Amino acid sequence: MSGSTTDPRQIGARRPPSKGMTLSWSDPRLRSIVWQVVIIGAVGMIGWYLVSNTSQNLAARRIATGFDFLGRVAGIPIGESLIPYDPAIHTYGRAMWIGVLNTLKVAVVGIVLATFLGTVIGVARLSKNWLLAKLTATYVEVVRDIPLLLQLLFWYVLLQNLPAPRQAFNPATGVFLSNRGIKVPLLEWDPAYWWMLAAFVLGWIGTIAWSRAAHRRQEATGIRPRVWPVGLGLMIAFPLLVWAALGSPFKPEIPVLRGFNFQGGGTVSPEYGALTLGLVLYTAAYIAEIVRSGILAVPIGQWEAAGALGLRHGTILRQIVLPQSLRVIIPPMTSQYLNLTKNSSLAVAIGYQDVVSIANTTLNQTGQAIEGIALIMVVYLTISLSISLFMNWYNARIALVER
Amino acid sequence: MSTTTTTHAAVPERERPPAMVYGPIAWARANLFNSWWSTAVTLALIYLLVKWAVGFIDWAFVNAVWTVPTTPQGTLDPTPCRNAKEIGACWAVIGDKYRFILFGRYPYDEQWRPAICIVLFIALYVMSAMRRFWRKELALIWIAMLTVIGVLMWGGVLGMPYVPQDTWGGLPITLILATFGLAFAFPLAILVALGRRSTKLPAVRMLCVVYVELIRGVPLISLLFMASVMFPLFMPVGMNPDKLLRAQVAIILFAAAYLAEVVRGGLQALPKGQYEAADALGLSYWQKTGLIIMPQALRLVIPPLVNTFIGFFKDTSLVLIIGIFDLLTSGKVALAEPIWQGYSSEVYIVLAIIYFIFCWCMARYSRGLEQEFSRAARR
Repeated sequence: MSGSTTDPRQIGARRPPSKGMTLSWSDPRLRSIVWQVVIIGAVGMIGWYLVSNTSQNLAARRIATGFDFLGRVAGIPIGESLIPYDPAIHTYGRAMWIGVLNTLKVAVVGIVLATFLGTVIGVARLSKNWLLAKLTATYVEVVRDIPLLLQLLFWYVLLQNLPAPRQAFNPATGVFLSNRGIKVPLLEWDPAYWWMLAAFVLGWIGTIAWSRAAHRRQEATGIRPRVWPVGLGLMIAFPLLVWAALGSPFKPEIPVLRGFNFQGGGTVSPEYGALTLGLVLYTAAYIAEIVRSGILAVPIGQWEAAGALGLRHGTILRQIVLPQSLRVIIPPMTSQYLNLTKNSSLAVAIGYQDVVSIANTTLNQTGQAIEGIALIMVVYLTISLSISLFMNWYNARIALVER
Repeated sequence: MSTTTTTHAAVPERERPPAMVYGPIAWARANLFNSWWSTAVTLALIYLLVKWAVGFIDWAFVNAVWTVPTTPQGTLDPTPCRNAKEIGACWAVIGDKYRFILFGRYPYDEQWRPAICIVLFIALYVMSAMRRFWRKELALIWIAMLTVIGVLMWGGVLGMPYVPQDTWGGLPITLILATFGLAFAFPLAILVALGRRSTKLPAVRMLCVVYVELIRGVPLISLLFMASVMFPLFMPVGMNPDKLLRAQVAIILFAAAYLAEVVRGGLQALPKGQYEAADALGLSYWQKTGLIIMPQALRLVIPPLVNTFIGFFKDTSLVLIIGIFDLLTSGKVALAEPIWQGYSSEVYIVLAIIYFIFCWCMARYSRGLEQEFSRAARR
């Protein structure tokens, strides 16, 4: 490319307008730059004003800034925690991490249960059974029009008003409902279970491989080998065989009433129970509406065509309609998952120690308000971003591939 | 029967009319018992419904205690409620506490003022919902009404004693937080939505994107905490704005981010030709936006705006956590009184009914509008 030689075709042609900027108010480019400088400058000035006030205030109150406090011994008693914690020796950093784990515990369980319940209610709302459709519609209306916080307080009071451990409800063997929470039997952990888990993962991988092979076979011959018996064998029977080979250890730990409380077994605390129950019931109402509109978005011709092929109503719903409606459902569903996660911060009102509650205690004890709130925001932004990324990936995967 | 048929032997054998197409039994067969599965579901639901309805009616009405006697000392005697515990509701707590729940710690003799404010708020909502008021004067009506409400709540003029802000409470606080939140968040939201859509000002667009995504990524509680503990640090030394005002600012910032996304949806839904036609007429940016784009875009997004407003109305209850005296807080505080401890279900049910009435009316309205708009669009 020799830029110096002039192309003979361009001689005499009109020169393009100059790229240079004229210093005139009628030049849109100049105007846009001036406006941006003015607006960003104004926002920057406000920001600088707030920061300078803050540093003066902090100096006046002798509050040191920085995240050093995370390394100090916390001394916050924490009721339930997924990792070992002792307030006498562990730090604020660890306490915050426990809070994050507790938030995730509520969010993950809540999302799974709310998706399940919401789908069931959404499908039921479209049922031909008048009573079922009306009842689920009423449920959705009522739950959506009452503040979540009020619902959480209500459930919490209800769980707290359960009888004392001595008069606990006992709906099934080893399950006790009392004002100390819900007690369930647990299996005593045995090393053999690790092997079972490994066998299950192996079986899962094998099933996926078999399903791929079946798919290739179907493409080649038109006959699809059955997948489910192989999957059943690999994922259920194989781990069970491993379990039997290792001497079939089975020691359930059943909660027993001793004195004023239960010993042994697993516990669902009233706080966690009320929070999860409230979040699931509330979010399920929204998810039901999303599922319903997703199903309605699938053209009626799809139902009719599938019906003409002789498929049953349930099969049509599962195999034809739901997979297509997923494309409509996924984006609003993502925002419901994000809402559920953010709403789990209402835990602070009923005393479940999630990240907001622990950060709040921390900032009250240390006075590090800015750092505490910054940590809360970073945690939620990270969770929100991860859920969005995952759901976007999933959405891209199921999106209609047009050839 | 047979004699009559023989006389009309010429009439051929007719097809029998369908058994039942109309009438309640036919309806029930088609909608409740159309298959064995449907029948099972119906029977199970009827069983549960009757069981729960009977239990609830027993608790809420038959066995309920409506009033409690007054002791010679002039205090209320909750013994009837104690006796009916577990089997009947104690509505006496509402009878005793309803004014506290509705108006909080507002001076007892002056509570007619917040009561009028509630009526004014409702009138404002109803007017804003009516088509014939959808014009520029509506903004003036809003300003006038909100001024009157402010005068009534604070007092200090026209012979009304001054009532400081920290004694306000109950339903007026909920309505103030929601309404003022919307009134201030809305213009901000329009600016942010325009900024986010602007192609000529990339730096401003970035700013708006960061603002919206940051606010929408964190829970409202963290913003309320920020308002209650960090806001005093932001202000010049010695200046400490009122708690209610700080919460209001947090709610405005929060609401603006969500409303901005709704408005942006309306802007995106407008056909491009509208923008181009306005440009071709030589209108300036603000003329184009104010006269061509916004009137159409906002009309499109009224139903989602109402839905967002329902969300804020419910979310104002979160101020409970930072100790502001809204409807939910006053209900909870009323329960802290020793003689009424343990009757929270009754109070929560009444609060739920109040919230439900407001939200349900708004939801009905938004659905009606949506249908009307879609009908107009189809035509």
